[in-house]
Amino acid sequence: MSKTPQNATTRISTFVLLIIFLTLALSLTALILATTFFGQDNKIIAGYLLLIGFIGVALSTYVLFQIRKRVLRLRIELPPIVTTIECRKCGFKIVREFQRGDYIFKKGELCQKCNENMLITAIYREVKEKEKTAP
Amino acid sequence: MAIVSALQNQLIQLQLFEEYSWIFNLLFYVIFVVFIFYGQRIQMYVMLREVEGSLYKLKYIKDEGRKIAIETIKEIGKPQTDPTGRVDRFLEYFTIAPQSLDPAGVVWKLEHILDVRDVRFKDEVKLMAPAADETQAYNLENTLEAAMALNYIYKIIRHFYLLGKKTLSLYIIMQIQMILPLIMREAEAYASALKAFAYGQPIGDGAGALVAAKLMYGYETRKMPKDCVVATVPIEGRTAFVIKAEGPGGNVGKIGDAVKAIIDENEGKIAAIIMIDAAMKLEGEEVGEVAEGVGAAIGGPGVDQFKIEESILKYRIPINAVIVREDIGDAVSPMRKEIFDSADKAIDRIKQVILERTKEGDKVIIAGVGNSIGIGQ
Repeated sequence: MSKTPQNATTRISTFVLLIIFLTLALSLTALILATTFFGQDNKIIAGYLLLIGFIGVALSTYVLFQIRKRVLRLRIELPPIVTTIECRKCGFKIVREFQRGDYIFKKGELCQKCNENMLITAIYREVKEKEKTAP
Repeated sequence: MAIVSALQNQLIQLQLFEEYSWIFNLLFYVIFVVFIFYGQRIQMYVMLREVEGSLYKLKYIKDEGRKIAIETIKEIGKPQTDPTGRVDRFLEYFTIAPQSLDPAGVVWKLEHILDVRDVRFKDEVKLMAPAADETQAYNLENTLEAAMALNYIYKIIRHFYLLGKKTLSLYIIMQIQMILPLIMREAEAYASALKAFAYGQPIGDGAGALVAAKLMYGYETRKMPKDCVVATVPIEGRTAFVIKAEGPGGNVGKIGDAVKAIIDENEGKIAAIIMIDAAMKLEGEEVGEVAEGVGAAIGGPGVDQFKIEESILKYRIPINAVIVREDIGDAVSPMRKEIFDSADKAIDRIKQVILERTKEGDKVIIAGVGNSIGIGQ
């Protein structure tokens, strides 16, 4: 589920993308033209082209970012789950990724140090908390 | 001379602007009038758009849930035929709550309905996944229930969205838009629960079961009604009957029945009952915070709480509660480290309660409430 979703819900329409990139291209052309008109001392047209160019670039990039955000919003991030296996005799500890079939208090593999049966003592996920703003 | 001509140019430009300023004025008035008459409608469309965005996300989550459930059944259950149709039918199951116009005896009616539902679910899982063992069947049942919850949430939001669009009623759209962030949180929690159930990972709700498992580990256990286990553990010179739902399959058991059975076995000679459960935390409270109080700490539809309260009332047994605070997201998703670590703090608190509220040689019941998925004994 942590992969980028690729179903119908998240697919971005090619038509929308085409319009966005067309607007972006036209806006960039307007900006280039504006510099040419500035060179020719035609400041009114240059000013209008500059305005149109900036608005076009801003709008198309905004829409692009919004689309990207929508796809990212659909991702469900799952932090890795770790399993701690402990030897009750010598205290030797192994921390590894969770595997299907693991459960707390399951007798696991043999201890590398004392050859005793090890025990799964913990299964959990670690979450990094965002900073809290409340007093 | 150059400065003068530049100034003249600027003046001409300003005059040009003044010439067309009426256009800007007109535009301003048009916008003003449009907002006066159509402001609410525009606001409504903005809200509808917001609900639509969330609906897309819910659809994605629901579809993923269904996919995970089907894949897990195929992987574990090794069915002869494709289980997709059966899963789709399962996702549409509903339960009708008993009539409560005459509330006397409604708890037993509710218990019966829940039992029928439970049996039906288990039978369905058996048919879907014939090769699954008991633990896997419990986990599959939980996975399907999470997928079912997601399907239901999606359908409710879609209903209000379409109803709002059809009637263009601001109040229908507004009420769903206002509670949407909370619903989305719940849906996301169920989405992460799906994987946890499918893989058999312990979840936050199992905090109580984990405490009981830690207390009973190394002692002999026996089965209790229904789907519970009990171990007799000496703690601080007292005899503790530690109860939990049987693990490591996804199961909450009928703790109420188990507590009642232990009380009856001991003819009511129980000095105290201590219940441990995960409880809802308020925003601002720490995850895994341990708190203490009195009363039957048990969630669910209320049948088990009712039974425990009836039993303790009969023999006037004092009941204490130790809770581990967490939110809905933490409760149904894989157990957080903070919650896992809080189990030891909860055990210390239980010992403290035993020392303060009972005498040496007394008998106490310690009930670890919660889903035992991924937690053995």
